[in-house]
Amino acid sequence: MKKIINDPNHVVQDMIKGMVMANPKTVKQLEDTLIIARSEAPIANKVGLVSGGGSGHEPAHAGYVGKGMLDAAVAGEVFTSPTPDQVLEAIKALDSGKGVFLVIKNYTGDVLNFEMAQELAEAEGIKVEKVVVNDDVAVEDSSFTTGRRGIAGTVFVHKIAGAKAESGASLEEVKAVADRVVKNVRSMGMALTPCTVPAAGRPSFQLDENEMEIGIGIHGEPGIERKSIATADEIATELTNKVLEDIEFSIGDDVAVMVNGLGSTPEMELYILNSKVHEILNEKGINVYKTFVGEYMTSLEMAGCSVTLLKLDEELKVLLDAESLAPAFLN
Amino acid sequence: MELQVKDIIQWFELTNEKIQANKDYLTSLDQPIGDGDHGINMARGFKEVVNKISTQDYENVADVLKDVAMTLMSKVGGASGPIFGTAFLKLSIAVKGSDSLNFETFTKGLEEAVNGVKQRGKATEGEKTMIDVWSPVVDYLKSEKDFQGDQIRKTAKQAMENTKEIMATKGRASYFKEKSIGHIDPGAASSFYIFEALAEVIKGGN
Repeated sequence: MKKIINDPNHVVQDMIKGMVMANPKTVKQLEDTLIIARSEAPIANKVGLVSGGGSGHEPAHAGYVGKGMLDAAVAGEVFTSPTPDQVLEAIKALDSGKGVFLVIKNYTGDVLNFEMAQELAEAEGIKVEKVVVNDDVAVEDSSFTTGRRGIAGTVFVHKIAGAKAESGASLEEVKAVADRVVKNVRSMGMALTPCTVPAAGRPSFQLDENEMEIGIGIHGEPGIERKSIATADEIATELTNKVLEDIEFSIGDDVAVMVNGLGSTPEMELYILNSKVHEILNEKGINVYKTFVGEYMTSLEMAGCSVTLLKLDEELKVLLDAESLAPAFLN
Repeated sequence: MELQVKDIIQWFELTNEKIQANKDYLTSLDQPIGDGDHGINMARGFKEVVNKISTQDYENVADVLKDVAMTLMSKVGGASGPIFGTAFLKLSIAVKGSDSLNFETFTKGLEEAVNGVKQRGKATEGEKTMIDVWSPVVDYLKSEKDFQGDQIRKTAKQAMENTKEIMATKGRASYFKEKSIGHIDPGAASSFYIFEALAEVIKGGN
């Protein structure tokens, strides 16, 4: 294992310290926790937005904390859900009386821990609602989930629900718009190389020099198929078509596109992929309203990508365009 | 007999001893059908539980159980933390107000615990989970009038061994479907140690 770290068992604490130092005006660390919150939290008359999950997916989720997106992100150990007491601390720190909204990626551990925190918070009299994001069309069940996994599409939920909450919407209104994003967002990914969890010290799986895995998860969970490496156009076509098959699109529909790098994919390659994704959408008469290319939901140093499409209505467009001061999603 | 605060504390001290002694065994059960960290996580969690409850003064059993629940939840991690945490949290809530636990209160509380676990894990009997040990123990207790340590142990042991033949449809093991048959469920094994410890507390008190 070759990594720029100090102690493999302290990577999360060390990272959070550095993140706060990098964005001292935007965020703060809640004392004795692994929670990054907006520096001005709790914000009066605003629904608080909390997300989080295992670390190793940076900039998700702490990079999305800031005005117009999340109010707090709870970090677990690498690829491990945060515990309910931590999520509960975040909920309590954010609640201004208007309630707190949880954005959860669909992994068994995350759902269990966040739901438990929700119950504990409700027992303390705090209103809590949630959405579980399951945008990955690759596999129905996986080694980490019952049902589909939540991946890069989660970032669109953060952005749109965050903008809605910022506008002063009620908890129910934030939930309604978040549910609509989840209903309309789909993703699929692939990998060229594995990644190594620092505390484990070894890669979690192996891929041969000329091999790629289609439909792989963001923790290296098995996907659909391993095969010989193909061209960018072929990869873009396979991922985009699989996403398009899963959701009904009509000619003239507007979509947001996200071409996401998993950690060590050069931007050059992501842009090459993006041009084919656009070409396919153009051929089908689907209008690309906005494109995001870069690292949004990573898997440590895995090489690979994911393609996400979000079908937009008028309100979703306005919310997607709204201001965001989150360091990893300045808009 | 009635379970007093000191009995409940002893219950978790004995559970911890068993989990520590069988840490590697629990992990080996988790390797073929899980991610191989069950023993490590449970050992860490129960050690913290004992550290917590052995240094506090308690007036009633519900408070001990609540500390057990909150500690498991925050220290075990993964899916097991909130699930075992839920079990003892529901038991704690169900027995609130009792200084000690008579057989009837305990049985009712344990039934609430199982219901809580089912709800939290969205699982039921026959899916190769800890429920397949907890639920038979509750059924056995409901058929009885008083604590009998040997019978509790026997019921839990048989139930744990029965999980070997079940195909997993919940939890991470469900990913392995047919391949999960022939393995004892790690959560069921941990649950057996919990009830074996309870049985020893009861026998000591008789």
